[in-house]
Amino acid sequence: MDSQVLAAQTSDAPHVEHAHPPYLRHHFATIEQQRETSAFGMWLFLLTEIMFFGGMFCAYLIYRNWYYPAFVAGSHQLSIVLGTINTAVLICSSFTMAMGVYSAEKFNRKALVGWLLATIVLGGVFLGIKTVEYREKWEKHHVPGLNYSVAGFTHIDPEHPQEKPLPLDMAQKTQVYFSLYFAMTGMHALHMVIGITILFFLVAKAWGGKYTSGHVAPIEYFGLYWHFVDIVWIFLFPLLYLISRHQ
Amino acid sequence: MSEQAHQENHEHHIVSPKVYLAIFGCLMLGTAITVAASYGNFGDFNAIVALAIACIKATLVVLFFMHIRYSSKLMKLTVAAGFFTFLVLITMTLTDYMSRAWGLW
Repeated sequence: MDSQVLAAQTSDAPHVEHAHPPYLRHHFATIEQQRETSAFGMWLFLLTEIMFFGGMFCAYLIYRNWYYPAFVAGSHQLSIVLGTINTAVLICSSFTMAMGVYSAEKFNRKALVGWLLATIVLGGVFLGIKTVEYREKWEKHHVPGLNYSVAGFTHIDPEHPQEKPLPLDMAQKTQVYFSLYFAMTGMHALHMVIGITILFFLVAKAWGGKYTSGHVAPIEYFGLYWHFVDIVWIFLFPLLYLISRHQ
Repeated sequence: MSEQAHQENHEHHIVSPKVYLAIFGCLMLGTAITVAASYGNFGDFNAIVALAIACIKATLVVLFFMHIRYSSKLMKLTVAAGFFTFLVLITMTLTDYMSRAWGLW
Protein backbone atom coordinates (compact mmCIF):
# COMPACT_ATOMS: atom_id res chain seq x y z
CA MET A 1 0.00 0.00 0.00
CA ASP A 2 1.70 3.26 -1.03
CA SER A 3 1.16 6.72 0.38
CA GLN A 4 -1.38 7.78 -2.29
CA VAL A 5 -3.67 4.91 -1.44
CA LEU A 6 -3.38 5.75 2.22
CA ALA A 7 -4.20 9.36 1.55
CA ALA A 8 -7.19 8.32 -0.54
CA GLN A 9 -8.59 6.36 2.40
CA THR A 10 -9.09 9.52 4.38
CA SER A 11 -11.69 12.07 3.50
CA ASP A 12 -10.34 15.30 4.91
CA ALA A 13 -7.69 17.33 3.16
CA PRO A 14 -4.88 17.57 5.75
CA HIS A 15 -4.17 13.88 5.44
CA VAL A 16 -2.98 14.34 1.87
CA GLU A 17 -0.08 16.44 3.16
CA HIS A 18 1.44 13.67 5.25
CA ALA A 19 0.38 10.15 4.60
CA HIS A 20 -0.27 8.04 7.68
CA PRO A 21 -2.81 5.47 8.83
CA PRO A 22 -6.21 7.09 9.42
CA TYR A 23 -6.19 5.95 13.04
CA LEU A 24 -3.06 7.95 13.93
CA ARG A 25 -4.30 11.13 15.61
CA HIS A 26 -2.69 14.39 14.55
CA HIS A 27 -1.39 15.27 18.00
CA PHE A 28 0.81 12.15 18.08
CA ALA A 29 4.08 11.97 16.16
CA THR A 30 4.12 8.19 15.73
CA ILE A 31 1.90 5.16 16.18
CA GLU A 32 4.22 4.02 18.94
CA GLN A 33 3.75 7.27 20.84
CA GLN A 34 -0.02 7.03 20.44
CA ARG A 35 0.02 3.43 21.65
CA GLU A 36 2.11 4.26 24.70
CA THR A 37 -0.09 7.23 25.60
CA SER A 38 -3.31 5.20 25.36
CA ALA A 39 -1.85 2.34 27.38
CA PHE A 40 -0.72 4.82 30.03
CA GLY A 41 -4.18 6.39 30.23
CA MET A 42 -5.91 3.02 30.36
CA TRP A 43 -3.65 1.84 33.17
CA LEU A 44 -4.26 5.03 35.18
CA PHE A 45 -8.00 4.34 34.87
CA LEU A 46 -7.49 0.72 35.96
CA LEU A 47 -5.42 1.88 38.96
CA THR A 48 -8.31 4.11 40.10
CA GLU A 49 -10.52 1.02 39.77
CA ILE A 50 -8.09 -0.93 41.94
CA MET A 51 -8.34 1.80 44.61
CA PHE A 52 -12.14 1.66 44.33
CA PHE A 53 -12.37 -2.12 44.81
CA GLY A 54 -9.50 -1.92 47.32
CA GLY A 55 -11.64 0.20 49.63
CA MET A 56 -14.25 -2.56 49.73
CA PHE A 57 -11.60 -5.25 50.23
CA CYS A 58 -10.20 -3.25 53.15
CA ALA A 59 -13.67 -2.90 54.70
CA TYR A 60 -14.17 -6.64 54.29
CA LEU A 61 -10.83 -7.38 55.99
CA ILE A 62 -11.59 -5.16 59.00
CA TYR A 63 -15.21 -6.28 59.49
CA ARG A 64 -14.23 -9.93 59.09
CA ASN A 65 -11.86 -9.50 62.05
CA TRP A 66 -14.45 -7.61 64.09
CA TYR A 67 -17.42 -9.92 63.53
CA TYR A 68 -15.47 -13.07 62.84
CA PRO A 69 -18.12 -15.73 63.80
CA ALA A 70 -20.78 -13.91 61.74
CA PHE A 71 -18.49 -13.76 58.70
CA VAL A 72 -17.65 -17.45 59.03
CA ALA A 73 -21.33 -18.39 59.28
CA GLY A 74 -22.21 -16.15 56.33
CA SER A 75 -19.40 -17.54 54.20
CA HIS A 76 -20.65 -21.10 54.83
CA GLN A 77 -23.86 -20.18 53.01
CA LEU A 78 -22.02 -19.77 49.70
CA SER A 79 -21.60 -22.63 47.25
CA ILE A 80 -17.93 -23.46 46.64
CA VAL A 81 -18.92 -25.51 43.58
CA LEU A 82 -20.67 -22.57 41.88
CA GLY A 83 -17.85 -20.23 42.90
CA THR A 84 -15.20 -22.54 41.47
CA ILE A 85 -17.11 -23.01 38.19
CA ASN A 86 -17.47 -19.23 37.90
CA THR A 87 -13.75 -18.72 38.53
CA ALA A 88 -12.92 -21.22 35.78
CA VAL A 89 -15.44 -19.57 33.41
CA LEU A 90 -13.91 -16.15 34.03
CA ILE A 91 -10.34 -17.39 33.51
CA CYS A 92 -11.48 -19.00 30.22
CA SER A 93 -13.02 -15.67 29.18
CA SER A 94 -9.72 -13.91 29.94
CA PHE A 95 -7.97 -16.46 27.73
CA THR A 96 -10.44 -15.97 24.85
CA MET A 97 -9.99 -12.19 25.20
CA ALA A 98 -6.19 -12.55 25.07
CA MET A 99 -6.57 -14.70 21.94
CA GLY A 100 -8.82 -11.97 20.50
CA VAL A 101 -5.99 -9.45 20.92
CA TYR A 102 -3.62 -11.92 19.23
CA SER A 103 -6.05 -12.40 16.30
CA ALA A 104 -6.36 -8.63 15.86
CA GLU A 105 -2.59 -8.27 15.83
CA LYS A 106 -2.38 -11.00 13.17
CA PHE A 107 -5.06 -9.21 11.07
CA ASN A 108 -7.35 -12.26 11.30
CA ARG A 109 -10.85 -10.79 11.19
CA LYS A 110 -12.88 -13.99 11.55
CA ALA A 111 -10.77 -15.31 14.43
CA LEU A 112 -11.09 -11.94 16.20
CA VAL A 113 -14.89 -11.95 15.89
CA GLY A 114 -14.98 -15.59 17.05
CA TRP A 115 -12.83 -14.99 20.14
CA LEU A 116 -14.81 -11.86 21.06
CA LEU A 117 -18.08 -13.79 20.74
CA ALA A 118 -16.64 -16.58 22.91
CA THR A 119 -15.75 -13.91 25.50
CA ILE A 120 -19.35 -12.60 25.41
CA VAL A 121 -20.74 -16.13 25.88
CA LEU A 122 -18.40 -16.91 28.81
CA GLY A 123 -19.20 -13.54 30.41
CA GLY A 124 -22.90 -14.38 30.02
CA VAL A 125 -22.39 -17.80 31.63
CA PHE A 126 -20.65 -16.11 34.58
CA LEU A 127 -23.54 -13.67 35.06
CA GLY A 128 -26.05 -16.52 34.69
CA ILE A 129 -24.42 -18.53 37.48
CA LYS A 130 -24.20 -15.36 39.58
CA THR A 131 -27.96 -14.90 39.07
CA VAL A 132 -28.59 -18.46 40.32
CA GLU A 133 -26.55 -17.63 43.43
CA TYR A 134 -28.36 -14.31 44.03
CA ARG A 135 -31.71 -16.07 43.61
CA GLU A 136 -30.73 -18.60 46.29
CA LYS A 137 -29.77 -15.74 48.63
CA TRP A 138 -33.21 -14.21 48.09
CA GLU A 139 -34.98 -17.50 48.78
CA LYS A 140 -32.94 -18.03 51.97
CA HIS A 141 -33.75 -14.46 53.14
CA HIS A 142 -30.10 -13.41 52.99
CA VAL A 143 -30.51 -10.07 51.23
CA PRO A 144 -29.83 -7.27 53.77
CA GLY A 145 -32.29 -4.39 53.70
CA LEU A 146 -34.80 -6.10 51.42
CA ASN A 147 -35.35 -9.65 52.61
CA TYR A 148 -33.37 -10.68 55.66
CA SER A 149 -33.88 -13.16 58.47
CA VAL A 150 -31.32 -14.17 61.09
CA ALA A 151 -33.34 -17.30 61.94
CA GLY A 152 -30.99 -19.50 59.95
CA PHE A 153 -28.05 -18.35 62.09
CA THR A 154 -29.64 -18.42 65.57
CA HIS A 155 -31.02 -21.96 65.25
CA ILE A 156 -29.43 -25.20 64.12
CA ASP A 157 -30.05 -25.51 60.41
CA PRO A 158 -31.22 -29.07 59.49
CA GLU A 159 -29.23 -28.81 56.23
CA HIS A 160 -26.04 -27.86 58.11
CA PRO A 161 -26.30 -29.70 61.46
CA GLN A 162 -22.60 -29.19 62.24
CA GLU A 163 -23.02 -25.38 62.26
CA LYS A 164 -23.09 -23.89 65.76
CA PRO A 165 -25.92 -21.37 66.26
CA LEU A 166 -24.83 -17.77 66.90
CA PRO A 167 -26.04 -15.50 69.72
CA LEU A 168 -28.62 -13.04 68.40
CA ASP A 169 -26.35 -9.95 68.42
CA MET A 170 -23.64 -11.78 66.43
CA ALA A 171 -26.25 -13.34 64.12
CA GLN A 172 -27.40 -9.81 63.26
CA LYS A 173 -23.86 -9.08 62.08
CA THR A 174 -24.18 -11.64 59.30
CA GLN A 175 -25.95 -8.75 57.56
CA VAL A 176 -22.60 -6.97 57.40
CA TYR A 177 -21.13 -10.00 55.63
CA PHE A 178 -23.96 -10.20 53.11
CA SER A 179 -23.96 -6.42 52.57
CA LEU A 180 -20.28 -6.61 51.65
CA TYR A 181 -20.93 -9.77 49.60
CA PHE A 182 -23.58 -8.00 47.52
CA ALA A 183 -21.59 -4.76 47.29
CA MET A 184 -18.42 -6.50 46.06
CA THR A 185 -19.92 -9.15 43.78
CA GLY A 186 -22.55 -6.64 42.62
CA MET A 187 -19.95 -4.04 41.60
CA HIS A 188 -17.96 -6.80 39.95
CA ALA A 189 -21.07 -8.00 38.07
CA LEU A 190 -21.80 -4.40 37.00
CA HIS A 191 -18.29 -4.22 35.52
CA MET A 192 -19.02 -7.48 33.68
CA VAL A 193 -22.32 -6.08 32.30
CA ILE A 194 -20.55 -2.92 31.10
CA GLY A 195 -17.76 -5.06 29.60
CA ILE A 196 -20.21 -7.31 27.72
CA THR A 197 -22.07 -4.25 26.41
CA ILE A 198 -18.83 -2.79 25.05
CA LEU A 199 -17.95 -6.22 23.59
CA PHE A 200 -21.12 -6.18 21.44
CA PHE A 201 -20.02 -2.87 19.90
CA LEU A 202 -16.49 -4.21 19.39
CA VAL A 203 -17.83 -7.35 17.67
CA ALA A 204 -19.95 -5.25 15.31
CA LYS A 205 -16.99 -3.07 14.34
CA ALA A 206 -14.58 -6.03 14.23
CA TRP A 207 -16.96 -7.74 11.78
CA GLY A 208 -16.55 -4.71 9.51
CA GLY A 209 -12.77 -5.17 9.69
CA LYS A 210 -12.06 -2.04 11.70
CA TYR A 211 -9.48 -3.63 14.03
CA THR A 212 -7.73 -6.01 11.66
CA SER A 213 -5.86 -3.52 9.51
CA GLY A 214 -3.35 -2.34 12.10
CA HIS A 215 -5.67 -0.48 14.47
CA VAL A 216 -5.44 -3.00 17.33
CA ALA A 217 -5.56 -0.47 20.19
CA PRO A 218 -9.31 -0.57 21.09
CA ILE A 219 -9.24 -4.38 21.32
CA GLU A 220 -6.03 -4.32 23.32
CA TYR A 221 -7.25 -1.73 25.83
CA PHE A 222 -10.62 -3.35 26.22
CA GLY A 223 -8.65 -6.54 26.92
CA LEU A 224 -6.86 -4.73 29.77
CA TYR A 225 -10.24 -3.83 31.29
CA TRP A 226 -11.54 -7.39 30.92
CA HIS A 227 -8.42 -8.89 32.54
CA PHE A 228 -8.74 -6.37 35.36
CA VAL A 229 -12.29 -7.59 36.05
CA ASP A 230 -10.84 -11.12 36.11
CA ILE A 231 -8.21 -10.06 38.69
CA VAL A 232 -10.90 -8.60 40.97
CA TRP A 233 -12.70 -11.96 40.91
CA ILE A 234 -9.41 -13.83 41.56
CA PHE A 235 -9.36 -12.02 44.94
CA LEU A 236 -13.11 -12.04 45.61
CA PHE A 237 -13.42 -15.81 45.21
CA PRO A 238 -11.01 -16.92 48.00
CA LEU A 239 -11.99 -14.08 50.35
CA LEU A 240 -15.75 -14.59 50.12
CA TYR A 241 -16.02 -18.34 49.48
CA LEU A 242 -12.92 -20.16 50.68
CA ILE A 243 -10.97 -18.79 53.63
CA SER A 244 -13.63 -19.40 56.30
CA ARG A 245 -14.21 -23.03 55.41
CA HIS A 246 -12.75 -24.52 58.61
CA GLN A 247 -13.42 -21.88 61.21
CA MET B 1 0.57 -3.45 4.09
CA SER B 2 1.57 0.08 4.99
CA GLU B 3 5.00 1.00 6.22
CA GLN B 4 3.58 2.27 9.50
CA ALA B 5 1.80 -0.97 10.23
CA HIS B 6 5.03 -2.86 9.69
CA GLN B 7 6.91 -0.48 11.90
CA GLU B 8 4.23 -0.79 14.55
CA ASN B 9 4.45 -4.56 14.58
CA HIS B 10 8.20 -4.41 14.67
CA GLU B 11 8.25 -2.30 17.83
CA HIS B 12 5.22 -3.91 19.43
CA HIS B 13 5.70 -7.39 20.83
CA ILE B 14 2.98 -9.88 19.86
CA VAL B 15 2.54 -12.46 22.61
CA SER B 16 2.25 -15.93 21.13
CA PRO B 17 -0.78 -18.19 21.79
CA LYS B 18 1.58 -20.70 23.44
CA VAL B 19 2.34 -18.17 26.18
CA TYR B 20 -1.36 -17.41 26.61
CA LEU B 21 -2.14 -21.13 26.80
CA ALA B 22 0.62 -21.73 29.38
CA ILE B 23 -0.64 -18.84 31.55
CA PHE B 24 -4.21 -20.10 31.16
CA GLY B 25 -3.04 -23.53 32.39
CA CYS B 26 -1.24 -21.95 35.38
CA LEU B 27 -4.35 -19.94 36.31
CA MET B 28 -6.56 -23.05 36.17
CA LEU B 29 -4.00 -24.98 38.22
CA GLY B 30 -3.88 -22.11 40.74
CA THR B 31 -7.68 -22.22 41.04
CA ALA B 32 -7.58 -25.99 41.64
CA ILE B 33 -4.84 -25.60 44.27
CA THR B 34 -6.62 -22.78 46.10
CA VAL B 35 -9.90 -24.75 46.25
CA ALA B 36 -8.07 -27.91 47.38
CA ALA B 37 -6.14 -25.90 50.02
CA SER B 38 -9.40 -24.51 51.41
CA TYR B 39 -10.47 -28.06 52.34
CA GLY B 40 -7.30 -28.51 54.43
CA ASN B 41 -7.32 -26.96 57.90
CA PHE B 42 -4.29 -24.70 58.39
CA GLY B 43 -5.88 -22.44 60.99
CA ASP B 44 -4.97 -18.80 60.38
CA PHE B 45 -2.81 -19.83 57.44
CA ASN B 46 -5.84 -20.74 55.28
CA ALA B 47 -6.35 -17.05 54.54
CA ILE B 48 -2.63 -16.44 53.94
CA VAL B 49 -2.31 -19.40 51.55
CA ALA B 50 -5.45 -18.34 49.64
CA LEU B 51 -4.26 -14.73 49.32
CA ALA B 52 -0.75 -15.81 48.31
CA ILE B 53 -2.13 -17.97 45.48
CA ALA B 54 -4.48 -15.13 44.44
CA CYS B 55 -1.49 -12.72 44.32
CA ILE B 56 0.50 -15.14 42.14
CA LYS B 57 -2.48 -15.56 39.77
CA ALA B 58 -3.04 -11.80 39.58
CA THR B 59 0.67 -11.23 38.86
CA LEU B 60 0.55 -13.75 35.99
CA VAL B 61 -2.49 -11.98 34.52
CA VAL B 62 -0.85 -8.54 34.78
CA LEU B 63 2.51 -9.67 33.37
CA PHE B 64 1.31 -11.81 30.45
CA PHE B 65 -2.40 -11.28 29.63
CA MET B 66 -2.01 -7.53 30.22
CA HIS B 67 1.41 -7.48 28.50
CA ILE B 68 3.28 -5.61 31.25
CA ARG B 69 6.22 -7.99 30.89
CA TYR B 70 6.61 -6.78 27.29
CA SER B 71 5.88 -3.11 27.98
CA SER B 72 8.16 -0.09 28.33
CA LYS B 73 9.81 0.89 31.59
CA LEU B 74 7.34 3.77 31.94
CA MET B 75 4.42 1.32 31.98
CA LYS B 76 6.15 -1.04 34.38
CA LEU B 77 6.92 1.83 36.74
CA THR B 78 3.35 3.19 36.52
CA VAL B 79 1.77 -0.16 37.35
CA ALA B 80 4.27 -0.90 40.12
CA ALA B 81 3.75 2.57 41.64
CA GLY B 82 -0.03 2.08 41.53
CA PHE B 83 0.06 -1.25 43.31
CA PHE B 84 2.60 0.08 45.81
CA THR B 85 0.35 3.04 46.64
CA PHE B 86 -2.56 0.65 47.06
CA LEU B 87 -0.54 -1.48 49.51
CA VAL B 88 0.49 1.63 51.46
CA LEU B 89 -3.16 2.68 51.81
CA ILE B 90 -4.26 -0.78 52.98
CA THR B 91 -1.32 -1.13 55.40
CA MET B 92 -1.78 2.32 56.93
CA THR B 93 -5.53 1.78 57.36
CA LEU B 94 -5.04 -1.61 59.00
CA THR B 95 -2.23 -0.26 61.21
CA ASP B 96 -4.57 2.42 62.44
CA TYR B 97 -7.37 -0.03 63.23
CA MET B 98 -5.02 -2.51 64.90
CA SER B 99 -3.46 0.12 67.16
CA ARG B 100 -6.82 1.39 68.44
CA ALA B 101 -8.55 -1.04 70.83
CA TRP B 102 -8.19 -4.02 68.50
CA GLY B 103 -10.28 -6.83 69.97
CA LEU B 104 -12.00 -4.60 72.56
CA TRP B 105 -15.16 -3.61 70.66
